[in-house]
Amino acid sequence: MELMITPWLAEPGLVHFLIVSALLLSLGLMAVLSRRNVIMVLMGVELILNSANINLIAFSRYTSLSLEGQMIALFVIIIAAAEAAVALAIVLNMYSRFNTVHLDEIDSLKG
Amino acid sequence: MVEQILHSISQFYPEIIIVLTLCAIIIGDLFAKGNSNSAGLIMLDGLILAGIATLFQIGTNEAVFHEVLAVDPFAVFLKILVILAAVFVVLFSMNSSELKEYQSRTGEFYMLLSGMVLGMLLMVGATNLLLMYLVFEITSISSYVLVGFTKKSRRSSESSMKYIIFGAVSSGIMLYGLSLLIGVTGATDIFAVNAALNAGISQPVIFNLSVAMILVGLGFKIAVVPFHFWAPDIYEGATFSIAAILAVASKIAALGLLVRLFTVSFIDIGTMSESGVWQTIFTDDVPWDIVIGIMAALAMIVGNLTALMQDNIKRMLAYSSIAHAGYILMGVVIFSEQGVSSILVYTFIYLFMNLGAFYTAMLFSDSFHTESIEEYKGLGHRAPMEGIAMTIFLVSLTGLPPTGGFIAKLYIFGAAVSAGWIWLVAIAGITTVISLYYYIRVVRNMFLYNPDEGASRAKFNIRSKVMLGVLLVPTLLLGVYFTPLVEFAKQSIVIFGLK
Repeated sequence: MELMITPWLAEPGLVHFLIVSALLLSLGLMAVLSRRNVIMVLMGVELILNSANINLIAFSRYTSLSLEGQMIALFVIIIAAAEAAVALAIVLNMYSRFNTVHLDEIDSLKG
Repeated sequence: MVEQILHSISQFYPEIIIVLTLCAIIIGDLFAKGNSNSAGLIMLDGLILAGIATLFQIGTNEAVFHEVLAVDPFAVFLKILVILAAVFVVLFSMNSSELKEYQSRTGEFYMLLSGMVLGMLLMVGATNLLLMYLVFEITSISSYVLVGFTKKSRRSSESSMKYIIFGAVSSGIMLYGLSLLIGVTGATDIFAVNAALNAGISQPVIFNLSVAMILVGLGFKIAVVPFHFWAPDIYEGATFSIAAILAVASKIAALGLLVRLFTVSFIDIGTMSESGVWQTIFTDDVPWDIVIGIMAALAMIVGNLTALMQDNIKRMLAYSSIAHAGYILMGVVIFSEQGVSSILVYTFIYLFMNLGAFYTAMLFSDSFHTESIEEYKGLGHRAPMEGIAMTIFLVSLTGLPPTGGFIAKLYIFGAAVSAGWIWLVAIAGITTVISLYYYIRVVRNMFLYNPDEGASRAKFNIRSKVMLGVLLVPTLLLGVYFTPLVEFAKQSIVIFGLK
């Protein structure tokens, strides 16, 4: 078993990066779905965005996509930063209203 | 190169005007501290100028900035709708008592609103996957803040929290889908994506996965089942004016994006039949028209049935807007000329009737301090004009003649029948009948109960009466005189070459 995996790992190709990004996406989604703490949920969102970035850069390196993928990744990093800033501001405001950052304690709206 | 860019700029005036408005609001806010309406007036002027610039674009059909953005009749039609909705929302906000407490910060409010309008104007014309994602986020980030703008209220801060979590996750999933699509086709341009797909790709599974992920993001913005959970909570927490723009303009803009992406990139035009039965490329794996049809059916069923149980008027309107998204999505299922033009007709009429319903609800909330439908009892006697206006908007939302809502539903149902989607039309018809109950319940509470002893007639200022009139006239007029609208809608989609 070990003998088969070792050469496959020795030369990273497109597939390796896609697997890493798929794993990151799944971890991000799991964090979003299972965590109670808002900050942890937001970190899950960052993982999702970064998994897309890995995809884009890997495609840009290994396929005919040229540099466009890397350019898109730069845009995504900027957007992610902006989104994180807004999200943290909203979390801060929410904390001063509810005195908690746990999502399941914030349930005044339902129906 | 230089000529191309200069020429592109000449087709970019509406967006440039909105950006300048945004800057003018920030600068104006520095000098006009205390005068709460100045920022709103600046934004109104900017929107009107942008609207005029958009009207000059009627008839152009060009791809500008190296095919990143399309200025074509379809985009222009939707841009006009977005600007119209934004004008109304600015007027609502200037009249709103929810925002009175935040007078010193109105500059920020209108600045963010212009950012949102800019995003939506670009969203309807975007022909590049990167631009699509960027404008999606511009619109979303502005609206996250706007929903939480009345930050002293617990409801508002909770709803903005929920909105940013749902929004960030669904746009992240959409981005992942876009990255897969870009990867398998090796193109960022939607025309090049179509060419690459037609030439054949090695991994149809990844393509179908990416379409599903893109649908998650767009479905969230349009608020169709199963991505609708956010809508009621967010509408309830946001101010009426922001709830109105989320229910109307951002939904219309995202629909424009969905229609453009599917018609240009995914549909195999060769397989299109006369009646508008369409197939995506690699349809053998996943029949996307049926998937979207099921989403539409679920949106109609869930939206209308859940609305029956609501007592808060904003939540009721939120579920009703989910149901309407389902009706509009029926047009996407039928990608014929008739189908897509009936989407445009529907959105145009939907704009007036839904904004009208939100505006009357806002007037009631400002004067009677209630959002509960139970407490609407007898309000029709205390505010007869507003009560009648509300009745007309709700009847139009139900889709009864002689209002515009009837024409909207007639066209979209007709298109679905002629394309052979009988089960979908049957569900749509049944849910329309169900929707009558909860719309009419509001009217019954307003008029069939006597007001409390000693309750006085409410006074509304002349501005609100004019506004109601402006919203009522198209709602009623489009019910009897709709030929120009239908013609305009048909001309707007000629570019797609649908049959």
